[in-house]
Amino acid sequence: MSVEVYDVAVVGGGLHGLSAALHLARAGRRVAVIERRWTGRHASGATAAGVRTLNRDIAEVPISLEAMAMWHRIAEIVGDDCGFQAHGQINVAERDEHLPTLIKREAKMRALGYDHEELVDARELRRLVPALSPHCVGALVARRDGAADPHRTVLAFRRACEAAGVVIAERCGVEALDRQGQDWLLACEARRFRAPVVVNAAGAWAGRLAALFGDHIALGVRASMMIVTERLAPLLEPVVSVVGRALSFKQAGQGTLVIGGGLQGAADLDRERSTVNFAELAKGARAASDLFPAVRGVRIARCWTGIEAQTRDRLPVIGASPSAPGLFHAFGFSGHGFQLVPVVGAILSDLVVEGGTRREIAAFAPQRLMQQRAAA
Amino acid sequence: MSAQHTDLLIVGAGPAGMAAAVTARRHGLTVRVLDDQPAPGGQIWRAVEAVATTPRLTRLGEAYRAGVERAAAFRACGALYEAQSQLWQMEPGFRAFLTRQGKASSVTAGAVILATGAQERPVPFPGWTLPGVLTVGAAQILLKTADSVPDRPVWIAGCGPLPLLYMTQLLAAGGKIAGFLDTTPRGRLGAALRHLPQAMGRAGDLFKGLSWSLALRWAGFPIVRHVAELRAEGAGRLEQLVYRTQDGRETRVPAEVLLVHEGVVPSIHAPLALGCHVRWDARQHCQVPVLDGWGETSQANVFVAGDGAGIGGAEAAEPRGRLAALRIAARLGRLREDVAEAAAGTERAALSRALALRPFLDALYAPRPEVFAPADETLVCRCEEVTAGELRARAAQGRPGPNQLKAFTRAGMGPCQGRQCGYTMAHIVAAVQQRPVGDVGFYRIRPPLKPVTLGELASLEAQEPAA
Amino acid sequence: MFRKLHDPGAAAVTVHIDGRPVRAEAGESVAALLLRQPEGWSRTTPISASPRAPYCMMGVCFECLVEINGQGSVQACLTPVQDGMSVVRQQGCRSVSA
Repeated sequence: MSVEVYDVAVVGGGLHGLSAALHLARAGRRVAVIERRWTGRHASGATAAGVRTLNRDIAEVPISLEAMAMWHRIAEIVGDDCGFQAHGQINVAERDEHLPTLIKREAKMRALGYDHEELVDARELRRLVPALSPHCVGALVARRDGAADPHRTVLAFRRACEAAGVVIAERCGVEALDRQGQDWLLACEARRFRAPVVVNAAGAWAGRLAALFGDHIALGVRASMMIVTERLAPLLEPVVSVVGRALSFKQAGQGTLVIGGGLQGAADLDRERSTVNFAELAKGARAASDLFPAVRGVRIARCWTGIEAQTRDRLPVIGASPSAPGLFHAFGFSGHGFQLVPVVGAILSDLVVEGGTRREIAAFAPQRLMQQRAAA
Repeated sequence: MSAQHTDLLIVGAGPAGMAAAVTARRHGLTVRVLDDQPAPGGQIWRAVEAVATTPRLTRLGEAYRAGVERAAAFRACGALYEAQSQLWQMEPGFRAFLTRQGKASSVTAGAVILATGAQERPVPFPGWTLPGVLTVGAAQILLKTADSVPDRPVWIAGCGPLPLLYMTQLLAAGGKIAGFLDTTPRGRLGAALRHLPQAMGRAGDLFKGLSWSLALRWAGFPIVRHVAELRAEGAGRLEQLVYRTQDGRETRVPAEVLLVHEGVVPSIHAPLALGCHVRWDARQHCQVPVLDGWGETSQANVFVAGDGAGIGGAEAAEPRGRLAALRIAARLGRLREDVAEAAAGTERAALSRALALRPFLDALYAPRPEVFAPADETLVCRCEEVTAGELRARAAQGRPGPNQLKAFTRAGMGPCQGRQCGYTMAHIVAAVQQRPVGDVGFYRIRPPLKPVTLGELASLEAQEPAA
Repeated sequence: MFRKLHDPGAAAVTVHIDGRPVRAEAGESVAALLLRQPEGWSRTTPISASPRAPYCMMGVCFECLVEINGQGSVQACLTPVQDGMSVVRQQGCRSVSA
């Protein structure tokens, strides 16, 4: 059997894998993306595609702001605007008791020198989202945030990859691993790949792939549920979330409402399936109809869940493997990785090509989730 | 029986569902039956109770009249019958979510029989979305439930027993036919005749079909054979109909109503949503659930009975319903295994008699190739208005399956959830990528099965706080 | 497009379609009633505003979506008429307001 030889083998054809492949190819590397099903099959195709800096963990803020700048010129990067619309993200306080959370957050961000999160009063909130229930008292707003179209984004990254010479191998799951001199040998059903560098962007299954290389990284799984409704006439522009409830509410370009917020269904990693839990999802429908009473009679077109990895501290794993030479990790985005896609690819390119990066990624080191094993 | 839980939940109150309910009740099971419609009977016996009290019963024919006593037996069997209930989700275990009179609720059951029947095979052609184009089945439902017929002489295009039956019923009701465009391709009868020996067991049905055909020939309207392609035209509604016969001749006629029918296919959304295995049935050109000899699917305690198990008609639906009910009764210890086996023997014999004519009909009325290969301009997905041309172009980029094409084009994402475009999509993918259609697969079915409102879903939170 | 073969007589009810009173028969579906109206169409699509009318009459095509007594996107073929019912033909995307 012939072996396909590359500089970098990216495992996982989700958005993070494609972004890494794109940046690496543009840096002159020969890259293959090895994908078990097809590009965007799991989390990347199931995401609400929020492009959000608002309320990010402080450790993520620097790269998130850089990613946001990239989103605002995304068409230059991937040749399509990915349906990105910068109508803002808004975190709403329903009652006075929810305001202190937002006030504290804004003060903290200002103290750190960030000014992208802004506190607004009930009047400004009403101006931004007239459809919102009048009981809401205020909000934190990131005006340059927004949302994109997930399928267009996958397609755009994929096409940009192919234009940059990346080989995309679909229906190609990694089954076995071997070391051959300085190279890794990946056996995938009918094909064999050899490369000195492997990028682990295998999403929910990244922990399993890491274990093949001897990296035992504690990793949980998320199966966030989403609701999409029938198409409606324009109702709101920004993406709305709410303090103290699991809700993310937006209207997509074609008029459908997209309602998420992290309510969890059930994931089955072995069968690569996830299922909706309607008794739980009812909470999301309740939150949506409390905040937007007009939508009570709106019909649900479909619901789904996307499977994704989640870490203990909800921060991603981005960085070189401490033990396996040439292995780099990029996974564990814990339900908020979409916005980071363009920058994480650039970081991986830095790590592979330069051997390091000027970007702040210390908090994402894989080692932090491997300590128990190391101590044992 | 508790208000929430029953031994058995039956979805659909047609021939299979009613027969299953009567059998299960006879063996002491508690039974709940959910159905979309306001009255029992399914599509074949739609509105049969209401029609039974009117003189219209006679002109709808013998097979329809048989529904009267079935509905009566079902009403009397003691099953909890919930009409006008839309099942929109089933979770393993089983918990069924439904909406009735604008209120959502959930119920539980130990076993489930999906008796959701069939739908007419979607027949896409340019203009099929115009008002004035309906299915023959739709027109027959209008006749049964509303005593309504097309205003002016109607065009009917297609093949199969249903157009013949409907035209007979329509003429008996005083309706007028502008013409019948028979889409059966040339040479089909020869292919079908090889199944004649087996079909002779159903000589009565064969004779009935022949007598319809003869009566229709004498009725004096034009019958055009070997019609291969259709096009409906008009500004905002059907005004003209263009048809092309296999010899290439094209004819244009004025038309107000066109009824189309190219056979029926099982309703597979519910079994697919439950994760039941399905297989491609090359004879009936559709997906069918994989079932054992009792009608049980690959998911334990989920059964499919009736046309949902593969097209067989009402006479096959009833024994299939009874078989499933027998198995469930035995499993719950209400019936000895050997007694269930003995009873099953009778039902299986009835089933095989009922199915004897099928291979003949399937061969004679197999859909013409054009049904699966509509012209580029044809809207394949009626809901999201995606054309065959767009799907073909996308299908040629890489090797995407139906689910990827759905994501890229939104075909299948509208309110009908792919019920009208699923098979056309599969055939387009198969043709473009030169793969067997059976290997292409079908859409992943995402809940809810019916478009419940946000408010209805929200109301469930108060009822049952999640554990 | 369609016509009824008998007069409803005592079973007659009145339904308002886009505000106009129309005679119907108890037990028949809203879709059957819509198909007897001279307009022919019963909604326009959210995407291209094309007119559509009931197509399958058995709940699988979703072409007969209308607003009934204030609730939008109801399948007219699965809804029996009732006296005093209000039916509104939906045009394009449904509009919900705060």
